[in-house]
Amino acid sequence: MAEPALQPTPGRRFAVRRIPGFATIAAVSFVLLYAPIATLVAYAFNAGDSIALWEGFSLRWFAVAWGNELVQEATVRSLVVAASASAVATAVATMAALGTTRTAPFPGGMLIYALINQPLMVPEIVTAVALLIVFAMVKIATGYSGLGYLIAAHAAFCVPFAYLPIRARLEGMDLSYETAAADLYATPWQTFRRITLPLMSPGIVAGSMLAFVISLDDVVITEFVKSAGQDTLPTYMLGQLRRAVTPEVNAISTALLAVTVLLLSAFFVLNRQRR
Amino acid sequence: MSRRLTGALSALAMLVFAGTAAAEGELNIYNWGNYTNPDLIKKFEETYKVKVTITDYDSNSTALTKVKAGGHGFDIVVPSANYVPIFVNEGLLLESRPDQMSNFKNVDPTWVDVPWDPGRKYTAPWQWGTTGIAVNTDAYSGDPNTSAIFMDPPAELVGKVNVVPEMNDVIGLAIMYVGGKPCTADKDVLRKVRDQLMAAKPKWQSMDYGMTEKMSNGDVMASVNWNGSTFRVRAKNPKVVYGYPKEGYVVWMDSVAVLKDAKNVENAKLFQNFIMDPENAALISAFARYANGIKGSEKFMPEDMKTAPEIVVPEQFKAAGTFLPTCPKEARDLYTAIWTELRK
Amino acid sequence: MAGAPAPGRSGEAAARAARIRRNWLLAAPALLLLLLAASGPLLVVVVYSVLEPAEYSGVVWELSGEGWFRVLFHRDIFDETVGLADAHLTIFWRSASISLLTTIITLLLGFPTAYFIATRPPRQRTLWLFLVTIPFWTNLLIRTFAIMEVVRNQGILNSWAMAAGIIETPIQILYTDTAVLIGMVYVYLPLMVLPLYAAMERLDFRLVEAAYDLYASRWRVLTRVIVPLVKPGIVAGSILVFIPSLGAYVTPRVLGGGKNMMISNLIELQFGEGRNWPLGAALSMTLLAFVMLALLFYVRNMSRLERRG
Repeated sequence: MAEPALQPTPGRRFAVRRIPGFATIAAVSFVLLYAPIATLVAYAFNAGDSIALWEGFSLRWFAVAWGNELVQEATVRSLVVAASASAVATAVATMAALGTTRTAPFPGGMLIYALINQPLMVPEIVTAVALLIVFAMVKIATGYSGLGYLIAAHAAFCVPFAYLPIRARLEGMDLSYETAAADLYATPWQTFRRITLPLMSPGIVAGSMLAFVISLDDVVITEFVKSAGQDTLPTYMLGQLRRAVTPEVNAISTALLAVTVLLLSAFFVLNRQRR
Repeated sequence: MSRRLTGALSALAMLVFAGTAAAEGELNIYNWGNYTNPDLIKKFEETYKVKVTITDYDSNSTALTKVKAGGHGFDIVVPSANYVPIFVNEGLLLESRPDQMSNFKNVDPTWVDVPWDPGRKYTAPWQWGTTGIAVNTDAYSGDPNTSAIFMDPPAELVGKVNVVPEMNDVIGLAIMYVGGKPCTADKDVLRKVRDQLMAAKPKWQSMDYGMTEKMSNGDVMASVNWNGSTFRVRAKNPKVVYGYPKEGYVVWMDSVAVLKDAKNVENAKLFQNFIMDPENAALISAFARYANGIKGSEKFMPEDMKTAPEIVVPEQFKAAGTFLPTCPKEARDLYTAIWTELRK
Repeated sequence: MAGAPAPGRSGEAAARAARIRRNWLLAAPALLLLLLAASGPLLVVVVYSVLEPAEYSGVVWELSGEGWFRVLFHRDIFDETVGLADAHLTIFWRSASISLLTTIITLLLGFPTAYFIATRPPRQRTLWLFLVTIPFWTNLLIRTFAIMEVVRNQGILNSWAMAAGIIETPIQILYTDTAVLIGMVYVYLPLMVLPLYAAMERLDFRLVEAAYDLYASRWRVLTRVIVPLVKPGIVAGSILVFIPSLGAYVTPRVLGGGKNMMISNLIELQFGEGRNWPLGAALSMTLLAFVMLALLFYVRNMSRLERRG
């Protein structure tokens, strides 16, 4: 067959790819996606107290949020939990990926896969309730009520998010490098450290970033598992949303949004450079 | 790379455990939402070098459930009067003897020997107030002094009434509306209460708390609400008035108690003593806009509280106020059953 | 890790056994973590669903069918008659219908959007994808809050409608089912667009051209050529939206005002004022069962599609 026609055939004034109305709906969708966020960001700069009545431009709510001790603590706690959970989840997922990819099917393989990806299938509220019950028993039995529960819970549900990118990367990797290393008398451990791991690293980085963001974002499980004074940023905001809604929440949201956009931009730029 | 990784991991571990290691002085308060003056907390923190955290709840039953479940980590809880005996009977409170503390002499005699805590062995007074109806006169210009606003909403308010999820207040108001006596276990009366509530529910807008903000913002036009909260709403939105239901309204008091499995008992006791000081009690009232039970605090209270109709009950409504006692178990079980049916 | 298998029959079997052992060992930490903090606790929930509720919270360790009974049935407080638990059924129905509506609306909005992005010049596509991804990565609470600000009585929708003279007093949208639906569509739209885009990117437009060459109308090309070709994307997107919608918690809680509950909120209630942990446990298992059913449906559909294509 002739080369694929990417331009309209001569004589045909007809855009093959265009479907009438679709561009409009797409435009509407984008507007719909961004209008609420735009409003939210706009009101973060509201000089007044209300989140509905515009009273002039001001940065005061950012100052309020910055100076708010509860917000500071919640932010630090969120970051600590996310970093720890991401580290644990990534480490554990890397090993699991190594054990379940590029290997012939083995008994229990499907079971392992299902168990690892279970958090993706089970609704969060169910896990939250289950953890509430179990951790309550453990708290009473051991008397420990620190961040450990939160980190464990977060690490668990972050595992599939770390696992899938690593597995994808591993599956796409060429075995020839490792075979070559073996041919050159490298021990399995040396091969792993010097060849496999570095080759895997984009997947590991992607997996850990994903796990970090997912942990940072979590509301339901944290809300149920946390003890006294253990608010993370999302649970703090949830509390504020249910009671005293001031533009402070807008300011915090805007700051979080800025961080997300920065991270995502970095991710996109890095990805492009790789090509 | 492995060395850097280990370094990073150990730094992280230290951060994590430093955060959870018991701080030198700590106090974890479990209180109603939007009810604690941040200035009061700051003063307490500076006076005693204690770090305070506040977690909030929206109803007595939420607090009871969470505390009973265990492993909560709180030191202080602030239940309403009729819940204190329940907490005591479940073995959840510590007998911290506020009556033996140095500031106890400041407690107003009316609130010293109360039926729910005779001699004040467990609790120190926090604030007291009434439960009535808050109405935005822009939406409804009729008489706000009736429970019919939520039991049988007038046409203008259908779909615009909120009912706070506090079981005892709502059931108390409902019982008095149908003509029963508080704490009744009379099944005929209660059946009427249940039927009327269920019939009214579709006409409600929501069953949420946080009315202080929501009515100020105009998200809600009418609600069962507490007097102090309505006072704060009126300060932001002058169109809102507070109604005292003529069929009968609820008078309540919240008190501060120390939990039996508290980890910071000494700090908790310091806090109980702290709030019985007139100046500090005035701080509490100034924020949430309720009266407190400490004599001598009047001179520190803000001016507008001395004449506001939310605080000083108008003569014609005084008789309709009833202090909710702790009801017998049979009645309580029925109320709980009605409430869970209503809540779904 | 590449290790050469030892030659010979018994060597192969030993190598295979060693490989299986190694795989299990590597997967062990992940399995342990998940068993302790995800799967294991689910078993506890199953156990709790057949116990008796304690007075204020927790359970009494005595077997009881009350939890499961109350999922569907209801015993009147005063005259002990047994009937269907209307309130629960309403909530199940609300969850299912809102989830279904969300899926349909996001499909209607997302299909053209994904198609639009897929038909941009390749260099532009990254930018468009970036624009779709930002809302996707934004914190769920922030997104729900943003919708709250739009639909409330003094939010944009009402203010503009009043300014334009369409209405005189604000329409109450917040704290209704409509607000929850709007919130859900907003939150899940990116989740529908991305898998659809993935399928459309691989669409071979020569087939589309061929259809036009055969004098097909645009509508026919759309329905008979494009849609069937991207069906896996449609199914994937629908599942990715429907299942999380069923279990949604934050959106109905913030936008529903405590009255328009979905299943998650009903479950939460049992652990708070509802004071019925066994019922909460039973409801959790019911939700899980629904989700598993939906997943099963998806898996069977996908394998059928794969077999055909």
